[in-house]
Amino acid sequence: MDIFSEKTILTVSRLTTLLRGVLEENFEQLWVQGEISNLSYPSSGHCYFTLKDSGAQLRCVMFKSAVKNFKFRLTDGMALIVRGRISVYDQRGEYQLVCEYMEPAGIGALQTAFVQLKEKLALDGLFDEAHKMNMPLFPRKIGVITSPTGAAIHDILHVLKRRFASLNVLLYPVRVQGEGAALEIARAIDEMSRLAEVDVVIVGRGGGSLEDLWAFNEEVVARAVYRSKIPVISAVGHETDWTICDFVADLRAPTPSAAAELVISSADELRHQIETLAHRLRRSLGTLLANYNYRLGGLRRALHDPRTMLGHLAQRMDDLAGRLDMGLSVAVSRRRDRFERLQGALQHSDPKVMVDALRQRLELLSVRAEHSLSQSLEAVRQEFGDNSARLEVLSPLKTLARGYAIATHGDTGAVVTDAGSLAVGERMLLKLYKGQVQCRVESVETGKA
Amino acid sequence: MATDKFEASLKKLEEIVKRLETGSLSLEDSLKAFEEGVKHAAFCSNRLEDAERRVEILLKQKDGSLKREPFEPGQE
Repeated sequence: MDIFSEKTILTVSRLTTLLRGVLEENFEQLWVQGEISNLSYPSSGHCYFTLKDSGAQLRCVMFKSAVKNFKFRLTDGMALIVRGRISVYDQRGEYQLVCEYMEPAGIGALQTAFVQLKEKLALDGLFDEAHKMNMPLFPRKIGVITSPTGAAIHDILHVLKRRFASLNVLLYPVRVQGEGAALEIARAIDEMSRLAEVDVVIVGRGGGSLEDLWAFNEEVVARAVYRSKIPVISAVGHETDWTICDFVADLRAPTPSAAAELVISSADELRHQIETLAHRLRRSLGTLLANYNYRLGGLRRALHDPRTMLGHLAQRMDDLAGRLDMGLSVAVSRRRDRFERLQGALQHSDPKVMVDALRQRLELLSVRAEHSLSQSLEAVRQEFGDNSARLEVLSPLKTLARGYAIATHGDTGAVVTDAGSLAVGERMLLKLYKGQVQCRVESVETGKA
Repeated sequence: MATDKFEASLKKLEEIVKRLETGSLSLEDSLKAFEEGVKHAAFCSNRLEDAERRVEILLKQKDGSLKREPFEPGQE
């Protein structure tokens, strides 16, 4: 059959069958090297992925029977050497490599490029925390750099709408994958920074394969993010996708939706902060007033009600008046007693009474005086008689009359009782019953009485 | 920018609250501070609420300048 003849019209199925024949005949057994992406393990147990390098990609399938013999786990980005044959999937008109065996081939080229660029930019200080800007406290307008038709802008606007966030959005449309995308993204970042219109820029895209996200791993994007004077949030792909752009950005969001949430949450936080401050404001004034009120209460208690005070005074006055009355009557009666006593005393000392009393006493005394005088005269007379008789007995004259003489010293007149007191030749006087004799001592004989 | 005024107001509010909380102000000053604080709180709250949501897209003109147009998501 001449399929190149003008008249021959092929059905799609027929052409596909023919192509499959050609491919399967010529690529029956071959080895291919590349990096895995878009890896998937559906429930069927087969394994699908794409092998790629920087220039092309190849759909691959590994059927369940071959998967079972596998010793290591495949991951996106892994570089492999694969043995298999080319076949065609008719329904989609795609050729694919049916893998029979594979082995890892060191790190894939894109992964290597990623690691190398990351190291270089880290050395240049593009990831330094010190260079990262704080998110705006209160973003009013946000810039979004992404595809106008992609999932990212759709997700962002959806979140803003769902959360009733009042934010202006300025979209800078760019291609996010393919040749030249990185340069477009970098220029958009520079432009946003120059316009200085928005408070924060979200740059990113929805999920995709490693090469789909590759633009965000390009140095030109990293440098533009670093240059930006407006804080940049990087939101590329899914949670597990990390790009160079994520490392340079001031903040990394796991997804574009999360980026929108982050922007809104700062407003939420702010609202909460204001509410808290307003609450503290009211509470502190409340505390202050309560404190004043307490002090005032204390002072008010200390400041007695004048009426109460008047009452107290009145009571005290009554009390004092009572005591005054009592005191007065006591004082009066005490004085009356004293007066009566004095009056009594005064009556007693009436001159007439006194004179009478004195006269009476005088008369009494006169009687007693007369009486005692006559008595004592009698006693004296008696005593005199007695004494005269005794005197008669004792009188020296009587003794002298009996012949006794009294010798006295001639010069002193002292009575001589001791012969020893006399000296020979001394003059003596002898008193006799009648007259006296002057004599002189002839001799002395001392003796005892 | 309005943001600056907002942030200044917020900062003022914070200061007033801190001063009030130390309790070192006289009653008269406290009342004045409170009044001022309430104004700032109201201003900040209003600012948070009164923004509108507008979505624009920048379109590059032939001469290189940028033009703004309302953006409706979902347009292809």
